Amino acid sequence: MTGTIPLQYFLIISTLMFFTGIYGFLTRKNLITMLMSIELILNSVNINFVAFNRYLYPENLHGHFFSLIVIAVAAAEAAVAIAIIINIYRNFRSIDVDKVDEMKF
Amino acid sequence: MIDYTYTLLIPLIPLAVFLFTGLAGSKLKPQVSGLIGTTGLFAVTILSYLTAIRYFWTDHVAGTGYASMKAFEIQWLHLTEKLTINLGILLDPIAVMMLVVVSTVSFMVHIYSLGYMKGEKGFARFYTFLSLFTFSMLGLVLATNIFQMYIFWELVGVSSFLLIGFYYEKPSAVSASKKAFIVTRFADLGFLIGILMLSFMTETFDFRTLVSPTGPAMAQAGGATFLGLSAITWALIFVFMGGAGKSAMFPLHIWLPDAMEGPTPVSALIHAATMVVAGVYLVARLFPVYSLVAPDALHVVAWVGGISSLFAAIIACTQTDIKRVLAYSTMSQIGYMMLALGVSGYGGHDGLGFMAGNFHLFTHAMFKALLFLGAGAIIHAVHSNDMRDMGGLRKYLPITHITFLIACLTIAGIPPLSGFFSKDEILVAAFHHNMPLFIIEFAVAGLTAFYMFRLYYSIFWGKETHYHHTPHEAPATMTIPLLVLAFGSVFSGFLPFHNLVTSDGQPFETHIDYMVAVPSVLIGILGIVVATIMYRKVSGAPLKVSTGFGNFYTWAYHKFYMDEVYLFVTKKILFNLVSRPVAWFDRHIVDGFMNLIARVIERSAYLIKGFQSGRIQQYGYVFVSGTIVLVIIFIYIW
Amino acid sequence: MNILSLFVLIPVLTCVGIVFTKNMKQTRLVSAVGMSIQLILSGILVYLYLTERQAGNMAEMLFTYDALWFPTLNIHYTVGVDGISVAMIALTGIVVFAGIFASWKMEFLSREFFISLILLATGVFGFFISLDLFTMFLFYEIAVIPMYLLIGIWGSGPKEYSAMKLTLMLMGGSALLMVGLLGIYFYSAPAGGQLTWNLLEISKINIPIEMQRFLFPFTFIGFGILGALFPFHTWSPDGHASAPTAVSMLHAGVLMKLGGYGAFRVAIFLMPEAAQEQAWIFLILTSISVVYGAFGAIWQKDLKYINAYSSVSHCGLVLFAVLMMNQTAFNGAIIQMISHGLMTALFFALIGMIYGRTHTRMINEMGGLMKVMPFLGVVYVIAGLASLGLPGLSGFVAEMTIFFGAYQHTDTFHRILTIMATTSIVVTAVYILRVVGILLLGPIKNDHFLHLDDAKWYERLSTITLVLAIAAIGIAPLWLSDMINVSLAPIVNKITMAGFEFTSLF
Repeated sequence: MTGTIPLQYFLIISTLMFFTGIYGFLTRKNLITMLMSIELILNSVNINFVAFNRYLYPENLHGHFFSLIVIAVAAAEAAVAIAIIINIYRNFRSIDVDKVDEMKF
Repeated sequence: MIDYTYTLLIPLIPLAVFLFTGLAGSKLKPQVSGLIGTTGLFAVTILSYLTAIRYFWTDHVAGTGYASMKAFEIQWLHLTEKLTINLGILLDPIAVMMLVVVSTVSFMVHIYSLGYMKGEKGFARFYTFLSLFTFSMLGLVLATNIFQMYIFWELVGVSSFLLIGFYYEKPSAVSASKKAFIVTRFADLGFLIGILMLSFMTETFDFRTLVSPTGPAMAQAGGATFLGLSAITWALIFVFMGGAGKSAMFPLHIWLPDAMEGPTPVSALIHAATMVVAGVYLVARLFPVYSLVAPDALHVVAWVGGISSLFAAIIACTQTDIKRVLAYSTMSQIGYMMLALGVSGYGGHDGLGFMAGNFHLFTHAMFKALLFLGAGAIIHAVHSNDMRDMGGLRKYLPITHITFLIACLTIAGIPPLSGFFSKDEILVAAFHHNMPLFIIEFAVAGLTAFYMFRLYYSIFWGKETHYHHTPHEAPATMTIPLLVLAFGSVFSGFLPFHNLVTSDGQPFETHIDYMVAVPSVLIGILGIVVATIMYRKVSGAPLKVSTGFGNFYTWAYHKFYMDEVYLFVTKKILFNLVSRPVAWFDRHIVDGFMNLIARVIERSAYLIKGFQSGRIQQYGYVFVSGTIVLVIIFIYIW
Repeated sequence: MNILSLFVLIPVLTCVGIVFTKNMKQTRLVSAVGMSIQLILSGILVYLYLTERQAGNMAEMLFTYDALWFPTLNIHYTVGVDGISVAMIALTGIVVFAGIFASWKMEFLSREFFISLILLATGVFGFFISLDLFTMFLFYEIAVIPMYLLIGIWGSGPKEYSAMKLTLMLMGGSALLMVGLLGIYFYSAPAGGQLTWNLLEISKINIPIEMQRFLFPFTFIGFGILGALFPFHTWSPDGHASAPTAVSMLHAGVLMKLGGYGAFRVAIFLMPEAAQEQAWIFLILTSISVVYGAFGAIWQKDLKYINAYSSVSHCGLVLFAVLMMNQTAFNGAIIQMISHGLMTALFFALIGMIYGRTHTRMINEMGGLMKVMPFLGVVYVIAGLASLGLPGLSGFVAEMTIFFGAYQHTDTFHRILTIMATTSIVVTAVYILRVVGILLLGPIKNDHFLHLDDAKWYERLSTITLVLAIAAIGIAPLWLSDMINVSLAPIVNKITMAGFEFTSLF
């Protein structure tokens, strides 16, 4: 099985996902889409973890554990982030990230 | 060794009185404080006389010199391994003599003030301060070492400050007290530097060690020189600077006339009889050192004394405030004493000047206190200090008149009153050792007689002034001290000072030198006669004479503008050119520099704060591009 | 329980106690009780110390206690006192006690005020008992930080500005100090043994001279800033002027002494060679401080500014004496610290009391106050006389000891500086008498002042405590001076071992 799909494929996929996420994070003005971009980044990392684990140290499970932890944390993070976004919406009547720039000098 | 430990009580009684009346003063009736003070001083006087009698006569083995002895001593502070400050009581001829002077005059002033200060608002405070002064003065007189003297020197300074400023609601009294304190403080700086130098060289403060002819001070003769004078000479000149300040010697005299703002009994006690002669006492204390090691310093003493006495005598002839006339007269007489010490040699008949200086100190204390207390009685009766408001008072104030006349004759040096003897000895000493100074002093003797009788005639004779209230003689509390002091002025000249107080403790023979005595009496009489012609009756003579002197009179009337010079130096130079720029410099340059640093940081923060825009995506761009740049660096360039 | 640890524990407990109080009355009662216990404890400590010494215990430090609290860096909680620290602790006890009573009417946020004040005191006490440089530094910071709040919240005038300036400058000092202390720590075991922060351990070895040259200025200036070393003193006038009464008292009375004590205990004691080499620079600066502060004071119009400049002058004398580096001068420096602490605290207490009545601190708006408030007036005069060095009060003893110590140097350079410093006694007299003359004497300028009342009981308690202490030192200085002298011996030994060659301009 491992021979059929080379590792590079996984890495290319994850890299594409990663930069898509970065691009979304930097360009999108809507906080929800930015959050989704962050999820993309996290998932690209997860793919890397699992792939490397499978290809480099198949006898170990550390990579899997890490990706599980990342998933759990991402879930928690999403909850918190959405709570924050809701609060921001209540305060600013908008979830446009450009309008939320009170945290400056 | 005879036990004199009881002399400890002499300074401690006034101290106890001071503490008691000072702390409980507001609870007591004013008169009670006064009585407590006076009773305390009575005890002190008894003890002092007892000590004097024992020291000079009963305990003294005939034919030997008078030794100095320590009645008591404790350690007060260690300074270095060698220098320790002690507090104690030293008895030797001059100390015992001063003890008598201080306690007598102080006791008289205490009694006198019961009448003079009666009904004053600060009656209790006045007695509290008097006790403080008496304590400090006694401590100074009995000091065993130069540092103890300095301690009490400062304390008398502060009591003088408090008493001059007694009427503290009067701005002139406040500024006079400030002036007195600061001028003497400046002189004390010299004293302190002198002590520092002296103690460093000799490794002791103790008077007995210092003045011992085999002591460490004597080994310092010669040595390193600065401007042609040896180190110990400089030290002694600095010490003398302290003495000159306290004793109102030219040019540090400016505080004394202003000090007359204080109540008159205070002027009598502090600014005529006791504190102002502390400078003379200081030089007398260290006399062997001056005389044997640093004759140059002694020359300075002599000339400062001579110039001061002439200077003050000239000014005294022009003043109209009776207390100021007396103040300048005091300065002039102290100049005499300084001069006497300055022209003296050490030991035997050479030490005539030393004996004469102390003798004059003693007699002067009596007659000058008498003059001041008499002036107080006059002011009490007329409510004015100005002699132009007075005249013909002899009818109203008979006792004051007689005693004042006695004092005037005494100071003019008419035999057989005490002033004649002491002044004559001074003139003899000057005659034999320093001719120019003798001529100055001879002239001053005439001037003294003149201005004292000018004062006397202006007050008691002269024009018939009409007073709002008929002046009446002072109460007995005030006239009794006058009589006692008049008695002292008349008879103290017969004390055998040449046996008692001499430079080396050994008695020597003196006799009246007619070569000097006759002319000096004659010039005194001449002064009196001139004053009689000019002032006994109202006449145009004073005006003519004063215009005859022209500008010189104006200068003397304005005290040779010494006050203005001082004001210029302090106000214009020190305040405006030092203090004000310093304050400005501190606020604007030093602090300005600190503020500048803060401002620069603030400005630069302002410049870079734009980075902190608050926009997440901008941060994200920076972060990502930074990461990419780092990655490129690490992978391709490193 | 080690008696010294109580000095930190009691203030902390007092702070905890204050948290549970309900109103100002309870708060100040708790503070007063706590600080009275502290004062009594200081008395007991002095007594215990003297009896120990009498019994022949000649150890360098007494009542020592040691506990490791951060092994990685070998940081200990090491306490111990000698005569010098005992004297400083007694000073602190008295000033804090007086300070509590001087702020008896603090109604605005009284709980927070007293907590900050006592926290500050905790820092000061901790500093004086510590023998471990790091713990010492820690307590130093504890003492400095509450200052910001105390001035910024309860101050007057441009309080935020002053608080910021004071804190920033003192923090700048701390930064320099940290460099110095770290340097000392890393060179505390030249032979490669265990590095240590312990003062006594470090004093046994010699820090390499090249390092001393580098570290001494950091340490000395770091402490010197707190001790108002010219030209780093400008926080002092502004800070004092804006601070509330008790804070000015504590700050000028005690906190500034941390600078002098530290400069002496750490900078000079541990690095004597460098101190001797560089003393001349700092001697010039401190001589300037002495004279310059006094002249600066003449021109001021605000009572607190006058006193702040006077503090610059007097504290300059402390550092001046420390740099003279002989036994007498050291002794004088310590006595001067105590004396200045007491009298400046007294001054600030009085200024606060007068300000509380007249609502102005400008001397030319006041006059003749002696008539309406004789008690405060008399005490003010006493404080003034102490400050200008009247015998019988503490200032005289201190100044004389310093001058005689300084004069022991025979070279022209030290002589000239000594004489320059002595001139300050005249200038001091000028500004003190000027204030007394304008403020207390003369006619009353403002009719509204006629209705003012004299001191209340707590104000009397506060001022009398200080006056008694000043008089006690002034009248019988020998016990204090002996207590300090004994403890100076090891320090002077170390310095003499380092050789006594002074570098000077001449």
